[in-house]
Amino acid sequence: MPHSITVDKLSKQYQIGELHGQTQLRDALIDFIKRPLMKRKLHTVWALQDVTFEVKQGEVLGIIGRNGAGKSTLLKVLSKITYPTSGTVNVSGRVASLLEVGTGFHEELTGRENIYLNGSILGMTKREINDRLDQIVAFADVATFIDTPIKRYSSGMRLRLGFSVAAHLDADVLLVDEVLAVGDAEFQKKCLKAMDDLSGSGRTVLLVSHNMLAVENLCPRTIWVDKGSIRQDGATSHIIKEYMSTFTRLEKCASDLSKIEDRRGTGNIQFTGIEYLTSDKRPKQLVRSGDSFIVRLHYRVHENTNRPHFGLEIYTELGVLVTEVSTWAARYDIDHLPRGCGYIDVNFDFVNLMPARYYLTLWIASVGRPDYDILEHCAVLDIEPSDVYNSGRGIDSRHGTVFFPCHWHLNAP
Amino acid sequence: MDREFFRELWRYRELFYFFVWRDIKVRYKQTVLGASWAVIQPFFTMIVFTLFFGRLARMPSDGIPYPLFSYSALLPWTYFSGALSNAGNSLVGNANLLTKVYFPRMTIPASATISGLLDFGIAFVVLLGMMVYYRIQPTISLLLWPVLILTLLILAMGVGMILAALNVKYRDVKYAIPFVIQLWLFLTPIIYPTSIIPDRFRVLVAINPLSGIIEAFRASLIPTREIDWLMLGVSSLLALSIFSIGMVYFHKTEKRFADII
Repeated sequence: MPHSITVDKLSKQYQIGELHGQTQLRDALIDFIKRPLMKRKLHTVWALQDVTFEVKQGEVLGIIGRNGAGKSTLLKVLSKITYPTSGTVNVSGRVASLLEVGTGFHEELTGRENIYLNGSILGMTKREINDRLDQIVAFADVATFIDTPIKRYSSGMRLRLGFSVAAHLDADVLLVDEVLAVGDAEFQKKCLKAMDDLSGSGRTVLLVSHNMLAVENLCPRTIWVDKGSIRQDGATSHIIKEYMSTFTRLEKCASDLSKIEDRRGTGNIQFTGIEYLTSDKRPKQLVRSGDSFIVRLHYRVHENTNRPHFGLEIYTELGVLVTEVSTWAARYDIDHLPRGCGYIDVNFDFVNLMPARYYLTLWIASVGRPDYDILEHCAVLDIEPSDVYNSGRGIDSRHGTVFFPCHWHLNAP
Repeated sequence: MDREFFRELWRYRELFYFFVWRDIKVRYKQTVLGASWAVIQPFFTMIVFTLFFGRLARMPSDGIPYPLFSYSALLPWTYFSGALSNAGNSLVGNANLLTKVYFPRMTIPASATISGLLDFGIAFVVLLGMMVYYRIQPTISLLLWPVLILTLLILAMGVGMILAALNVKYRDVKYAIPFVIQLWLFLTPIIYPTSIIPDRFRVLVAINPLSGIIEAFRASLIPTREIDWLMLGVSSLLALSIFSIGMVYFHKTEKRFADII
């Protein structure tokens, strides 16, 4: 099969500060007068370095990596929005890039008008839009509002309309960036199905996503981008497991979280450590399905904080959220936290997770304020098998993510 | 700039049409007075000019009624200044598009220049009314107007592309644009006729490509006036050169728009 995308030794350099560049003509002129022969010194950063890969026609490729790893820059270079500093990129056929849903929507225009505008921005001809208008409207489910200005639309309707236009693009190569992360569950399902149909139609699709489930389901092959380079390239399930395993440095039952640099938030309060304890507060070496245990979260308060909330999310190895627990949901309100160190315990009375590896995401936030600290996938929780049904037969992860204690009762004739 | 560049522009001609359509649609949707704005601006400027320059300052107008004298120049000027400021701010105003989708960037300033033509057309109707009022019989030379409009458009597009590209890189260009427009108004024979300028400074007037074009707009309207073909020729050549320079400069810088906007 011919190659649809060929990327050879691609590098992209940005000038720091350029992105928010408020360069003034005045300054440039003054600079030029002062030092006519000297170039202005600029700080640079490599967003992509020496990236090489090929994609076959009709292949569906996932691209994963952390925030700022260069995934979006890669898509932007492929879609010709930005140009490589060095190296070559070759994309054959008609390219449609979907880096944002509803690009170019105008508030004052009606849904119908925006379909035409957005469609033509994405590269559709007027005739193509005419032909597909009914399908687009039906897919977006906005028929009754189609002649209403979209400033009256809800954000969900807007999203549906935007995705719907994109889903009806007739391109040989489709570049999609994280558009599946938005919208309600119902709509996401619809999008996934549309993506699935698209990928089955001989189109080449590149999908950037943090939704590991979507990548796993849609893409047989995945590229893992890390710090501007390709770290691994191969079968999706393997790559995802490798990728997820780098999120953590937990050794056995306690881990130092204070040194993690890959964190977001204001830092008013920060996690410093995590421990797994038995219910009598001793280190728990092994957590098994059906156990009770305590997750102890150590924190340090840098600035006195009112009404903080703590949260913990459990993810599967493929990045699917199993559950989130938080002091907010439990109405466990903390009035005030003074400066200093402390810990908070989450008591799990009964862990009904199937034996597998899970990842924890921790956060501290207050309602209506910027988040204080978010640590994504910062700890591993390995659940070991146990005989939860007391049957001697056990359970394992092939049977799902969670198990439910239950009793069987036969009523035979 | 190779063949592929122009082929791509051609391929995206519909997008170009949709941008013009969007600009026009949005402009008329958001205003209370709608299309009447197109008339209000040049018409009231004409009244003010007539009062201050025509009556009070007794500005000569080569025997043409001053309102007609100024309106026939204000009509192309209003289009030109509007096109310049719209095109100059068009890239920055569409920054979200530049960073999210690929399409020939030139469609943005170009469509911003074109969409003003509708206003021009509406305001032109008023000019016809004025000609009836002043009993001026239009001559065959009025047919020159489409050519003049095209020349004006090319000039506006050329300068507009340069300003738009500069505006992406240097954010103070935004503040320079109104200033440039204001100066240009006084450097162009709109308030005054070229005839009041001493002969030895005439060359300076010809450097401004707008002079020849605007004087030709006026001359082709009024039967008693001669069209200065030499000056119009020079102006047209200048307009074409500026347009070419604008295209080349725009094309040279457009690759970096998405990185720096």
